Amino acid sequence: MEKVGIIGVAQTKYQRYNPSSHAELAYEVTARALEDAGLTIDDIDNTVTVCNDFWDGRTISSMAITEATGSHKSPTTNVEGDGTYGALMGLMRILSGLHEITLVVAQSKVSEGIPSVITNAMFDPVYERMLGLDAINSSALQMRSYMYTYGVNEEQCAKVSVKNHRNAKANPYAHLPMDITVEDVLKSRVLADPIKLLDTSPISDGACAIIMARESTAKKKHRKPVWIKGVGHCADAYHLGDRDLAEVDALVSAAQRAYDMAGITRPLKQIHVAEIYDAFSYMELMWMEGLGFCERGKAGAMVDSGSTEMNGILPVNPSGGVLSAHAVQVAGLARIAEAVLQLRGEAGDRQIDGTRVALAHGIEGACGQGQCVFILGK
Amino acid sequence: MKRPVGIVGVGQTHHKSKNTDCNGQELISIAVKRALENAELTMADIDAIVIGNMDHFESINYVDMWSVDGSGGFMKPIMKVTTGGTTGSAIGHAGFYHAASGLFDTVLVIGWEQNSESDTTAAISTCFDPITEREYSAGAIGPLAAQYIAYMSKYGATEEDAALVSVRDHNNAALYNDYAHLRQVIKVEDVMKSAYISYPIKLLDICPRTDGACAVIFASERKAKKITKRPAWILGVGDCHILVHLADGIGLASLPSLEIAARQAYEMAGITDPFNQIDVAELYIPASTAGVAWMEALKLCEEGGGPRLVRSGVTNMGGKLPVNPSGGVLATNPIGATGLLRIGEAALQVMGKAGKKQVAGAQVAVATGFGGCFWSDVTVLSSLSRLD
Amino acid sequence: MEQGKEDLKPLSVAYIADMTYKYHAGHYYSRFLRELRDNRLIAGVKCPKCGKVYVPPRIVCRDCFVRMEEFVPVSQEGTLLAFTVTNFHYIDTTTGEPKKIPFTTAFIKLDGADSNIVHRLDETDEKKIKAGMRLRAVFSNNRTGDYFHDIDHFSIVKDM
Repeated sequence: MEKVGIIGVAQTKYQRYNPSSHAELAYEVTARALEDAGLTIDDIDNTVTVCNDFWDGRTISSMAITEATGSHKSPTTNVEGDGTYGALMGLMRILSGLHEITLVVAQSKVSEGIPSVITNAMFDPVYERMLGLDAINSSALQMRSYMYTYGVNEEQCAKVSVKNHRNAKANPYAHLPMDITVEDVLKSRVLADPIKLLDTSPISDGACAIIMARESTAKKKHRKPVWIKGVGHCADAYHLGDRDLAEVDALVSAAQRAYDMAGITRPLKQIHVAEIYDAFSYMELMWMEGLGFCERGKAGAMVDSGSTEMNGILPVNPSGGVLSAHAVQVAGLARIAEAVLQLRGEAGDRQIDGTRVALAHGIEGACGQGQCVFILGK
Repeated sequence: MKRPVGIVGVGQTHHKSKNTDCNGQELISIAVKRALENAELTMADIDAIVIGNMDHFESINYVDMWSVDGSGGFMKPIMKVTTGGTTGSAIGHAGFYHAASGLFDTVLVIGWEQNSESDTTAAISTCFDPITEREYSAGAIGPLAAQYIAYMSKYGATEEDAALVSVRDHNNAALYNDYAHLRQVIKVEDVMKSAYISYPIKLLDICPRTDGACAVIFASERKAKKITKRPAWILGVGDCHILVHLADGIGLASLPSLEIAARQAYEMAGITDPFNQIDVAELYIPASTAGVAWMEALKLCEEGGGPRLVRSGVTNMGGKLPVNPSGGVLATNPIGATGLLRIGEAALQVMGKAGKKQVAGAQVAVATGFGGCFWSDVTVLSSLSRLD
Repeated sequence: MEQGKEDLKPLSVAYIADMTYKYHAGHYYSRFLRELRDNRLIAGVKCPKCGKVYVPPRIVCRDCFVRMEEFVPVSQEGTLLAFTVTNFHYIDTTTGEPKKIPFTTAFIKLDGADSNIVHRLDETDEKKIKAGMRLRAVFSNNRTGDYFHDIDHFSIVKDM
């Protein structure tokens, strides 16, 4: 794969209610990304927007932000999926040789709609929807299944939440920086057993944009391009009953593709920082295992030993992760943006020194049915 | 083109007003199976999948995940692209980019829609701004109607000119396309007598809403040549999503986004004399009026030349540049698939596999997509790997 | 398992969901709506670079891609660019009820504005409407900050 570099990133502060319209939010993050890259909109020769009709309450949701992202000025498309998929489309457009610099913008205002109705709509209208399944209670099924199969316990999941909310204190964009204890998490209100309030990501409004360019342009235009070393995506079966929810087959496949491309054979040793999509506390543990950082069932022990803390052998989610800020569809792109900041050495108080290789991860659909993995490097 | 990409297989369902005998997944699987058969491939040969539809027509969120049973995508890379009416052409382009990137060799692209499952106009209306547009913006038809009023007033085009387009497309579907939804032989008088839906667009001027699916397989050069003797090479792609506010597109008699997208695609493909270089066109004409007003955007005639072009018969089957041998959108409109059908039909033409619809000797085809706020996508395909 | 003859008819499952959205108007529309409600003014925003005035106001100039900040009032009269009379049934997604038809959608360029607006014309006989006619906004007396209510409709300006 030819080298493609990320030369601009920007995020808005994630918050419960952002009074801006979609267009205003998208313009803000686009302008900031251009500024970060030292470019103007005229330098951008194609754009990818990431918008979802359900979350935006509007068919052809990308239409609302077309002008605000400058998408009307160059060839453009819209990926409806996690931001990592949008970044992948942006990458492919450059690799085709037909485009030089891609702007990828993801935005969402989760506060405008009703998440339980919107996520209920993911489930099959004939067989599953009327059960009242949504993102939270379906994930509860997965958490229960994972704990039962692999012996992970609620305390270990709670430790993920404690770590990530504490990490978020160093992230000026995070929605929920907090000092909490394992006991706070265990005592918090049960949403859908065993998922408790403090195991769950918040409802956040926000946007993220990245700008990527082919090698020659990246080197010419930016002092510190971050290179995309590998990428993979994969989807598991759809009906919850067609899957073993405790298994992570799609993630293993996606990760393998990305690792092969990037020459990663020992993830724990070769990756210095991982930004993983922890929509729920248990997910960070499951995805760590699927990414090969440890054997199945051993992520809990890694968290117990502090290995994934900021000063551990593999810092996971120094940004605070999705548990600290969850603008749907944006959060995967935000993982990439955070990884870029780490690799540039520009992550401020959340910087992990010596980062040369970072992993960014996104999920799609119920219980992480879809998985997308990016490996980035200096 | 750094990494040439060609279409190696096309499949579609028999399009219907209401497909009650299969659900969405099954509809998708029919198109997929037919595309695989057409290319003589199996699911194991597919490296990645791109799927598209418009969410609110079936009210299913994360269709890329939901469709796995129908798309055959279990444990495969899958992505969803959706851009409104242009979805079909956008996913076609996305499939092209998947293969052109070098990351995937054989890519299955699926467009589908079960429009009968919802109130189509109501769903489309939600694309308009809720605060400043939605109340009085009735779906897709209103803006198209208003645009033709501007074209008629500027160039003296008539409702009869539009009726000629309707007659051409409907008759092509009836005579040549076994898959088409509406297959009726009609005359200009029939169109003129049909009721006004949204003046000046009448019932026989407007596309139906259809249940249907289409699947197109794209392959990188080395794979494409092994799969079929005559791939439909993608020589040019252009996308132009130019507007946000509906009213800003009005008053414009033709379609600026189509002109811009066509320019991108023509330049990439080496098309300098469209009318003479293009052998067949599958155009996204959602209302017959567009078949008059938009031809100049494709540089197939001079400004204001739409009526002359249509009246000359040159775009009929047997003419110099047949448009919509399949019957186009006026005969079949499963919205998420419609743009992809244009690409698929154009591919079949240059592959020489269009059966009854075949335009003899077709080597260069253009396919367009339309939707959203007057957006356009253009694709140039050819059996030749280059045009120069 | 045997299947009886009656079992051959395909079934369908209905899904009716109340998908309520509370759209944030954002800073620009909020100002636009407040000016309508409180001052009976139609506000546009002006690009500092090219001078184009956009109604309804928005954050970025489409051509210059710069942030716009200067609000200016535009005229309450304008030119009808195009129109259509909608005469088919569909569900109004805001109310869930069938839309009241026929209604005339008007695309209007207000004097002083460089972009166009959508609104309703009170004439529904297409033979009486022509592109190019002059129109005037008709305001409601009890305005609430709702564009389609505060301006109730547009009327054709009759020649004296």
